[in-house]
Amino acid sequence: MQGVVQQIVSGLATGGVYASLALALVLIYRSMEALNFAQGEMAMFSTFIAWELITVVHLNYYLAFAITIAVSIAGGFLIERIVIRPVEKAPPLTVVLVTLGLFFVINGVAGLIWSYVIKPFPGPPGFPQAPIEFGGVSVGLQDLFLIGMTVVLLVILYAFFQYTKLGLAMRAAALYPDTSRLLGVRTSRMLALGWGLAAGVGAVSGMLIAPIEFLDPNMMQPILLYAFAAAVLGGIENPVGAVVGGFVVGVLLALIGTYVPGARDLRLAFGLVIIVAVLMVRPGGLFGRAHVARV
Amino acid sequence: MRFAGLSARAWGTAIVLLVIALLAPLFLLDRFNTIQFAYVWALAIALIGLNVLTGYSGQISLGNGAFMAIGAYTTAILYFKLKVPYGLTILPAGLIAGLAGYLFGFPALKLSGLYLALATFALALSASPVIKNFDALTNGHEGIVLPTVTDPFGFGLTNEQWLYYLALVIAVLLFVFARAMLGGATGRALRAVRDSETAAAASGISLSQFKTMAFGVSAFYAGIAGSLYATITAYVSPDSFDLPLSLSLLVGMVLGGLATLAGPVVGAAFVVWLPIFAQQAFHNKPDISYGVILVLLMFLLPQGIVGGVRQLLAWYRRRSSDGEPTAEAADLGPAAPPHAAERGTGGS
Repeated sequence: MQGVVQQIVSGLATGGVYASLALALVLIYRSMEALNFAQGEMAMFSTFIAWELITVVHLNYYLAFAITIAVSIAGGFLIERIVIRPVEKAPPLTVVLVTLGLFFVINGVAGLIWSYVIKPFPGPPGFPQAPIEFGGVSVGLQDLFLIGMTVVLLVILYAFFQYTKLGLAMRAAALYPDTSRLLGVRTSRMLALGWGLAAGVGAVSGMLIAPIEFLDPNMMQPILLYAFAAAVLGGIENPVGAVVGGFVVGVLLALIGTYVPGARDLRLAFGLVIIVAVLMVRPGGLFGRAHVARV
Repeated sequence: MRFAGLSARAWGTAIVLLVIALLAPLFLLDRFNTIQFAYVWALAIALIGLNVLTGYSGQISLGNGAFMAIGAYTTAILYFKLKVPYGLTILPAGLIAGLAGYLFGFPALKLSGLYLALATFALALSASPVIKNFDALTNGHEGIVLPTVTDPFGFGLTNEQWLYYLALVIAVLLFVFARAMLGGATGRALRAVRDSETAAAASGISLSQFKTMAFGVSAFYAGIAGSLYATITAYVSPDSFDLPLSLSLLVGMVLGGLATLAGPVVGAAFVVWLPIFAQQAFHNKPDISYGVILVLLMFLLPQGIVGGVRQLLAWYRRRSSDGEPTAEAADLGPAAPPHAAERGTGGS
């Protein structure tokens, strides 16, 4: 029983990582109805920047964390301006293919700069992975940090979109682009800002998972798949759904990896099964609304 | 002067190209290039299949590399476990992959556009870990070494030349088969499904039948290509069937779609040669080049793959009717893919 609880906690921790990357995907989906296949690679690149800051420049972990997020937001903004803007008005599938192109460019560039050799990444100081006893259940402090960060991220984003003028403008630009433009909202720039925010959120997911999974240019590919599963499960337009979906996928994978013999390597395929099953049974996800297509 | 739907000039071009392809390994190509062109023919088969799926039935697949893996491993396992000669494994490889694709077509029926891209992306990512997991059958990470293939008929061909002709003959057969299928009622039904599902269904076309069939045919082609790939390489390993393979197929199809009547061959040549050039020029994996090319193609082809293929078809039809511009181009309708209309544009 304690074993199960322990697995659930560590599942929630990695689930938090899937949740934050899923949040990033949802941010972009809400602003342009496209899936960003390069989200994971962008997060990986951000994590390498953090690694550079921590191990080469010897910055404090938390300072490096903050700088990385800021740099990622700027980077995401620029990527949108340069690469996505020309296809902003194109069908979603075109945008998808552009993001797939980005996927390979970012992965290749990271490989050129940092090589494909696996590197260790420091965990957050003050939150050692050494477990503490907690009513007979031992829980890693770092796991708690992961769960906490995800919740904080969700609260910050919620507050941003709900209570700031910029957040309101971004929501308006996504929902009613033409009306917003008439009212003086720079809709295209709001899109770029959405990409910036998504890159920042994705950077957090990368920095959180790197101490566990280690750092290499391919590290985010499975995470991206689980994040897609999480986003689809929660309803691709719903940030709260994405976070819940992330936690659910994390716990499911942890339990299956531990208790189903021989299933550890099949976790990626399990992500595929979740995606296909959810889309078939309930295409809107747990929290989404059903779409009605007009003929 | 038309025969089997082609003008005399198109027939002439096809025959000249075929003769060049038949003579090339004897007079033009060294051993290295002969093998590379054997790969070109094998990949061209996969691209024809992908074209049936995306170009004709309008469904995208980022995961056809997984079906190639099924084909390659069918050949490898049949040899490795049962000592079946490779020549007898090619058709089963295609059939098993085709069956898998047909079955995958059923969940895919419910998914359109973005979601299908997502599901097939997951399929592409899952292939290699699944192969590794069943190591009793697939030999896991280590892969399976296949025997070197030699000319069985004693024509005096080198191993490379034999592989080249094997791949070429199968590619030509499958090309003819695809043309025959797409030129007839099946092709019309598939195009109708692509252009408007509602209109197609109203005309009595079974959407599920044709869409799953397109997935099956596309996977069958991918399976044959995978089997040939395994035979040419004489080795299969899980890492050969990763995401970049599926993506390179996509890049090859988009690029090929821009070219002349031998689109898949041009695309396949590109996919085979790009990594070699990338290695020589940048000492790097081809990933960056694939990525840049994909992004640039999308900039130049704002209507996306489907629109591009449609433009190609319009252009091709005009061309194959002996240069006379016809009214056919007009009834192609708007070039935007169906899902754009479904979603409405911008702020409607």
